[in-house]
Amino acid sequence: MTTLLVGPFNRVEGDLEIRLEVQDGAVSAAYTNSPLFRGFERMMLGKGPLDALTITPRICGICSISQSAAAALALADLAGVQPAPEGAKVAALLHMIENVSDHMAHFNLFFMPDYARAAYAGADWHQTVLERFTAGQGSALRRAIEARADLLHVVGMLGGKWPHTLAIQPGGVTRTPTARDLIRIGASLQAFRRYLEAQTFGGKLEDFIALGTVQQLEAWTTGDAGLFLRVAEATGTGAMGRGTGRYLSFGAYPLPEGRVFKGGTWDNGAEAPVDFAAIREDISHAWMLGEAAHPSAGATVPDEMMREGAYSWCKAPRLQGRTFETGALARQIVVGHPLARALAAEGGVRARVAGRLLELALTQIEMERLLRDIRPEARFMDQVILPKDGAGVGVVEAARGALGHWITVKDGAISGYQIIAPTTWNFSPRDAGGTAGPVEAALVGAPVAEGEDTPLSVQHIVRSFDPCMVCTVH
Amino acid sequence: MNILWLQSGGCGGCTMSLLCAEDPNVLDLLDGAGLEFLWHPSLSEATGAEVRRMLDAVATGEQRLDILCVEGSILRGPNGTGRYHLLAGTGRSMMEWVRDLAPKAQHVIAVGTCAAYGGMTSAGENLTDAVGLQYDGGHAGGLFPAKWRSQSGLPVINVAGCPTHPDWVTETLLLLKAGALGNDDLDGLARPRFYADTLVHHACTKNEFYEYKASAEHLCEMGCMMEHLGCVGTQAVGDCNTRGWNGANSCTRAGYPCINCTAPEFEEPGHGFTETPKFAGIPVGLPTDMPKAWFMALASLSKAATPKRLAENAVSDRVTVPPTLRKPKP
Repeated sequence: MTTLLVGPFNRVEGDLEIRLEVQDGAVSAAYTNSPLFRGFERMMLGKGPLDALTITPRICGICSISQSAAAALALADLAGVQPAPEGAKVAALLHMIENVSDHMAHFNLFFMPDYARAAYAGADWHQTVLERFTAGQGSALRRAIEARADLLHVVGMLGGKWPHTLAIQPGGVTRTPTARDLIRIGASLQAFRRYLEAQTFGGKLEDFIALGTVQQLEAWTTGDAGLFLRVAEATGTGAMGRGTGRYLSFGAYPLPEGRVFKGGTWDNGAEAPVDFAAIREDISHAWMLGEAAHPSAGATVPDEMMREGAYSWCKAPRLQGRTFETGALARQIVVGHPLARALAAEGGVRARVAGRLLELALTQIEMERLLRDIRPEARFMDQVILPKDGAGVGVVEAARGALGHWITVKDGAISGYQIIAPTTWNFSPRDAGGTAGPVEAALVGAPVAEGEDTPLSVQHIVRSFDPCMVCTVH
Repeated sequence: MNILWLQSGGCGGCTMSLLCAEDPNVLDLLDGAGLEFLWHPSLSEATGAEVRRMLDAVATGEQRLDILCVEGSILRGPNGTGRYHLLAGTGRSMMEWVRDLAPKAQHVIAVGTCAAYGGMTSAGENLTDAVGLQYDGGHAGGLFPAKWRSQSGLPVINVAGCPTHPDWVTETLLLLKAGALGNDDLDGLARPRFYADTLVHHACTKNEFYEYKASAEHLCEMGCMMEHLGCVGTQAVGDCNTRGWNGANSCTRAGYPCINCTAPEFEEPGHGFTETPKFAGIPVGLPTDMPKAWFMALASLSKAATPKRLAENAVSDRVTVPPTLRKPKP
């Protein structure tokens, strides 16, 4: 058996290190380390609860609005109120824009460039991928960066800037859009649809979301989506990195009538609502001190000695004692989209990336629908009085999956704040029972060629999860 | 010129912001200026062992390095070891890596307020002992002492902002490439003066409300946010309202206060971010360069003269009273 240390692991958000044990040309065990600890949960202790709206977005530059939305919901829950309905719609639209931007940035900038590597030279598809997806150079990347910057004008208009807006508040949003603003946003969304249909899908979004089986998906040959499907098949990478078949979603985009994408769990075919009381953060293999705890009672005490046996700053969240995978694929499996359900069975690299593409198309259509539903004559923010003592929970779906904030307030100051981010679930270390986290488990069996020190298969699998390491530990 | 970009103790948001550069997009812009990434965590192909070899080559001087960009603060904890952030795959702290690599670079840029001064990562009890590259909050001397200079003779250039504006980064890089950024082009906190000589207040769309001290009482109202809602746009440096973010926007245009994110210690204002500290009912903190007595006198005068249109709109979430139209000449 040989051991490989993979890092710095780039084209993921933040810093990631993976230790691999390799036997007979395949990974036999993987250990994921989130090597950066900043201590956001500790930073907020003693501050006024509203400060969470300024501080928590700065946990992450790529999921900033997700953090902001979770904090605002936690504060609304603390106050026992709902945001003004039109404010909830604008907050949902802002959040959708961020998630869509993240999905397309992941596909174009982070994930696809691995197929442009010299290791694949000579394959009949390689020249096309080189032209489209060479890291930092390809034509698809350049176009994607422009389309993304244009789309983020919507966040500019409604939220002032991206990342790190303070526009989303427990009572709604700070900027009241005019009818003219909404027309402009509509124009930005149409431009983005044109980009998606011309470049990413090579066809109508409605046709892509109508795909219901793996066979139908495999027959989609146009756009960069078609290119990915062809390459995933040709390289055999699409089938790599199978998960355990357990998926989790907290439900995305709360509106007065309910969440646009409903939450729940899916365990190899069995559906259930999320049992929030059954979440525990295990710290047996994390450089943390204390006991496993529910996030409403948890604490963050880093182990300065970085003890032997532990190997990451990341805690290990478990639901009913078990690991769950979260993200776009999980979200659409839980919603019940036929294609996502069909992909649940294979659950590997192709399933995750196709799940993200599917959600890119679905969310664009939802954004257009939501925009039509915003009434500029209504109020967009209600004033909220926070109690001096109490607790609140805010759960949302970031691009990468389930995100929760648990806040406790005493004498008008934050006395407890715990966050579980999507990549905390996906990239968790082992728990006290020795059960590996989702990506650790998915890496077992990944092929390692003779002489590879940074195995390509491992890169494809890890990036298929779209990890956000700065959120993971926070 | 080549650029090595490292992400230290931060959120990655300054890179995400950089990707929002427009006219042209960031890749075309840097290509066109003759700037290339030796390595960037979000953009480069190289991962793992390839990167470690490249870093070693820079450290030994075998690989030339023109510009080192560091995003995120330097974590010195626990106990001075820097081990709250070991650079993945290397077993060494980012603190040590930056200490080794910075002397090799012609220029060193701290991208964002974390890298410049410590920023949000150093908030609260500063558990991780985070500092900026050459500042610890507002005090000169961080990872590097106050007198430290890069090979070019410049101090660490602080492109502060949380996040920093994409153009602040690209224009700093382009000016360096053109040999057009010298010591005199940096302000007293080593920020490029092309954006630090302006105040966020300039071109704020709430300026007419400011002039008459017509104040918003709650977020989402149109009035000036200085009196009640913590806005320090009259003291904060940045061309946010003249340049615009993500289109032609800014924090104040979206209805929330400027929190002075380009400044050291913005993360610890000593009060809630969206509230104005007051003494005997009067806001503490004056607009930059404004004599106190004059400000008080002018404020009370202008407050007395506030037109009805501004008084009403200030506490409304939209324009309820439009400007009066002039009557046509008889």
